[in-house]
Amino acid sequence: MAESKASVREKTDTKKDKETIVNDFSMVVATVNGSGSQTSNLAIIRSLFRMGIPVSGKNLFPSNIQGLPTWFTIRVSSEGHTARRENNEILVAMNPTTFSEDLRDLGSEGVCFYDDRFKITEERPDVTFYPMPVRELVKEINPPTDLRDYIANMAYVGIVAEMLGIDMDEIRGALETHFMGKQSAVDLNMRTIQAASSSAEENLIKQDSYYLERSDQTHDLLLIDGNTASALGAIYGGVSFAAWYPITPASSLADALEQYLPQLRMDEETGKATYVVIQAEDELAAIGMAVGAGWAGARAMTSTSGPGISLMAEFAGLAFFAEIPIVVSDVQRMGPSTGLPTRTSQGDILFVRFLGHGDTNQVMLLPGSIAECFEFGWQAFDLAERLQTPIFVLSDLDLGMNLWMSEKFAYPSQSFDRGKILAAEDLDRIGKFSRYQDVDGDGITYRTLPGTDHPLAAYFTRGTGHDENAIYSEKPDDWEMNIERIWRKLETAREMLPRPVIQHTKDAHIGLIGYGSTDPAIQEALDRLNTKNISADYLRIRAVPFVHEIETFIREHDVVYVIEMNTDGQMYKLLQLEVPDQAEKLHSLTHNNGLPLSAHWVVEAVLDREGG
Amino acid sequence: MATTVSEIDGSGKNVNKLGLKKSDYKGSPTTLCQGCGHNSISSQIMAALFELSIKPEKIVKLSGIGCSSKSPTYFLNRSHGFNSLHGRMPSIATGSALANRSIKLIGVSGDGDTASIGIGQFIHLVRRNVPMVYIVENNGVYGLTKGQFSATADKGQVLRKIGVNPFMPVDVCMEALIANCGFVARSFAGDPKQLKQLLKAALSFQGTAVLDIISPCVTFNNRGESTKSYAWGKAHEYPLHDVTWVPMRDEIEIEYQPGEVTEVDMHDGSTLLFKKLEQEYDPTDRMEALKMLEETCCGGVLVTGLIFISEEQPPLPEIEEMVDTPLVHLTEKELRPSRDSLEQVMEAYR
Repeated sequence: MAESKASVREKTDTKKDKETIVNDFSMVVATVNGSGSQTSNLAIIRSLFRMGIPVSGKNLFPSNIQGLPTWFTIRVSSEGHTARRENNEILVAMNPTTFSEDLRDLGSEGVCFYDDRFKITEERPDVTFYPMPVRELVKEINPPTDLRDYIANMAYVGIVAEMLGIDMDEIRGALETHFMGKQSAVDLNMRTIQAASSSAEENLIKQDSYYLERSDQTHDLLLIDGNTASALGAIYGGVSFAAWYPITPASSLADALEQYLPQLRMDEETGKATYVVIQAEDELAAIGMAVGAGWAGARAMTSTSGPGISLMAEFAGLAFFAEIPIVVSDVQRMGPSTGLPTRTSQGDILFVRFLGHGDTNQVMLLPGSIAECFEFGWQAFDLAERLQTPIFVLSDLDLGMNLWMSEKFAYPSQSFDRGKILAAEDLDRIGKFSRYQDVDGDGITYRTLPGTDHPLAAYFTRGTGHDENAIYSEKPDDWEMNIERIWRKLETAREMLPRPVIQHTKDAHIGLIGYGSTDPAIQEALDRLNTKNISADYLRIRAVPFVHEIETFIREHDVVYVIEMNTDGQMYKLLQLEVPDQAEKLHSLTHNNGLPLSAHWVVEAVLDREGG
Repeated sequence: MATTVSEIDGSGKNVNKLGLKKSDYKGSPTTLCQGCGHNSISSQIMAALFELSIKPEKIVKLSGIGCSSKSPTYFLNRSHGFNSLHGRMPSIATGSALANRSIKLIGVSGDGDTASIGIGQFIHLVRRNVPMVYIVENNGVYGLTKGQFSATADKGQVLRKIGVNPFMPVDVCMEALIANCGFVARSFAGDPKQLKQLLKAALSFQGTAVLDIISPCVTFNNRGESTKSYAWGKAHEYPLHDVTWVPMRDEIEIEYQPGEVTEVDMHDGSTLLFKKLEQEYDPTDRMEALKMLEETCCGGVLVTGLIFISEEQPPLPEIEEMVDTPLVHLTEKELRPSRDSLEQVMEAYR
C-alpha cells in the first residue's frame, strides 16, 4: 500500500508549523500480559525492519502469566542506535490500569494512541491524542470469543500504521513470517489491521510530527534475539548434548535448541537424532548431566540464569578441578536471590569468575552483540575441549530475550578443535598414559575417552586430590604441583580467548571499559560525548581471564571508567585485582535498576565526573 | 539348588572367552575397613564381569561420595571411572550413558548417597530408565564422617554416640518400584552366590537395574540387633527364590521338577530361572512386589532376590530416538550443519 505514506503527508498540511521527525522516535505499547500483544508488537517492529528502518525492540514484562501490565518498546533510529531510550515519544495505551501513569511518563510533545473507552485524567496539553475505537473494530470483525483480546491488539497495529506510515505489504510479510505461512491466521489479522487502518484514515487527522519512511539501512541484517543466536551458535559448534531446567530468561535458549536441532541435526538415513536435549529435574542435574556427557566426550552444554548458577556451583568446581569440558550459558537476570526474574543485570560476573569453593577460577566469554552470541556459541566448545575446563558464556536478559538488529552470522571459520585426546592408536604408539602429566608444558594435559579400547586408556576421574596418574593423593607436593599446573593452563587460556574490541578517538584523554549488552548504549554515548567535546577511547572486554591489551589500555589512559550493570562494580573489582598499581585510575559507573543501560545515563555519569 | 555357578558359565577356568585373566579385572588395593561388606560386593562385580567375558574397557564405573563411592577404585583398573559428587552420580550417569551408548555403566552408591542427599536424582534416573547397573551398598550409617544415622537406618535403632533413631527408614527398593524401575533386587553382601547371579542379570538388563545390597559396616553398625549387620542378615535372610541367570545361547541344562522353576526371558536373549522356595513369588507382578515390600518392611526378615523385573519400558537412548552411533563418535561432518543451512535459517530473520 504505497499510497499510505502519501496520505499521511497530505494530512499534515493542517500542522505545517511543526517540524517533522522522520524515522527517529521511541514508541511504547502498554498492554496486559498474556493478551496476545506480542504478535502485534512483532508485526510492527518486523514491518519497520522490512521497510529498511533501523529498529530495536525491548519487552518489559512481569513475572506473571496473565493479567499484569507489560510494555513493549520499539526504538526507531535513523542513526542506527539501538540502546534503550529513557523517554518515549509515542504511547500506545491498551492497558486501562496503567493508562494514567503511562501518560504521565510520555515525553513532552508526545503522541498518545489510546483505547477510546479510557478516560484521560492527566493534564497533557502538549500531547497529540488519537482515540482508537477498539471495541467497535472488534465488533466489526466479530472474531471467536477466545480471540477478542488478541484482535483488539491487532487494531492498534492498523491505526498506528495509518498514522505513522507503515507499509501494509510489509505488515503482511511480517505476519507471514510470524505465522510461518498459515494463511488463515494471516488473513484474519490483516482483515483487522485493514479495518483499523481505514477507520483511522476516515476519522483521525494527523497532528503529530512523527513519520516513518522507507530506508535502506537494514539490508543484509537480521532482526533476532540473543538466545536464538546462542542456540544456533551451539548447533553450528556441534553441540551433541544439552541439559537444562526451565528458568527465565534462559528458557528460550533451550527452546531454540529444541526448535532447530530437529531441522538441522537429523541423520539423513535413519531420521534419528545426532543430539539429545534433556529437560533435567533441576539445575544440579542439568549441569551434572552435561559434565557426564562432556567427560564421556560429547560436546555438552547447559543454559541457565543466576539462581541456576547458584545451584551449579558444586559441579562447576568439580568440572574445573577434574578438568572436564562443558559449556554453561548464563543469561543473567537481576539478583540477589530470586531478585527480579524478568529484569536484566550483569550481576553474576564475580560469582561465576570464582564459581566453586576453594581456589576455583572459571573462564568467561562475554558476548556484546547478537553476532557474538552466535560466534561465542560455537567457539565455546572449541575452547572447552582445548582447555578441558568449563566455559561460561554470560549474556543477559536484554541481549538474550530482546530483539536486535544483527549483521548476518558468519559460518564458523575453523574446524572443530577437539583438544588433546588420545585414541587407542596413540596409546599404542606412545606406550604410556598419565592423565594429568603436563607433557607439553602448557598446563593442558591429555585425556582419553571412556570406552577407548586399550588397556592403558583408563583413568579415574575424581574431585579429590590426585597425582599425575589421577590416583588419589593427599601428598602436599602432589597437590601443589597439580594446582600450579592448572594455573599454568589458565595462563595459556588468556591468549586463546577473544581479544577485547578497542575503539580509539582522536585526542581522547579518558577511557571507557564495558562489556556485554551495554555496548549499544556506550556507542551512542560516545557520539553524544563527542558533541560535548569529550572524546573517549573505548574498550569492550570479551573474555575473562584478561588478555594483556586490557592492561595496556588502562596504562595508556589517565582516567578509565568501567561501566556495568551491577551495583558492586564487579568487573571494576576484577580489573583492580588485575592491575593493582593502576587501581586508582579506575572508576566504577554502575547502573542496576533492572532496565537496560541508556546512552543518556552514560553521558550524564561521565559528565558528572568529568565536570562537563 | 540343582547346580553351581561354575557349571553354568565355566568360571573355574583361568581365562575367560576374551582370553582375559581374573587379574585383568582387578582394582587397586582397598582402603576400606577389613571385613567391610563393600569389599565382598567389589569381589562379586569383578567375578561377574570376568565370567561374563565383558571387556573392562567397555565398562564405566561411577560413584558419588562416601565409603561405598570409594569402592570403584578397588575393582576394574582397566575401566574408566568417575568418583563424582555426593548424591549426584545419577546425573553424571545420565550424561555419560547418552553420550556413549556403547559403554556399560556400573554405578556404586551408598544409603547416604542415594537415600539421603541423592534421593531426588536417584528417582529421576530410574524414571528416565538410564541404562545402567545402580548398586546401593546399604549399611544404614555414615562411615567416613564417623557413624551418623543414614536415611535407611532402622527406626528405634540405638547407636552409642548418636542415640535413638526416631524415623522410619527409606526403603530403596520401594522407592525404585514407585519410580517405575524395571529391575529391582535386594541382596546381602554375606550371600555372594546370590549376589553374583543378580549382578549378571542386572548387567543384561536394558534399563536401570537397581540393586539394594545390605552391606554391613563393621566399624559403626555391625552389632547383632542392627538389621544391617552380618549376624542379623545371616540369621534372617529370606530369599524369595533361588535365582540363576543363564546367558544367551547356553542351553539350560539344569534339571528341575516340573512347576518348580519359572523362566523369564530377557531382552538381550538371556534367561532368568527362578526356583521356588518356601512361598510362591512372581517377580513380574509389580503390585505383588509392592505388597511384599510393605508387608515385610518391619517384619523381622531380610527379604532378598529379584523383587521385580519388567523390560516393558524402553531405555532412555531409545526414548530419545538417538542415532545408533554413540554421540561421542560422531564427527564434524555429522555435527556441524552446512553453510547453506545457516543461510536458510537466517532467511526467517530478514
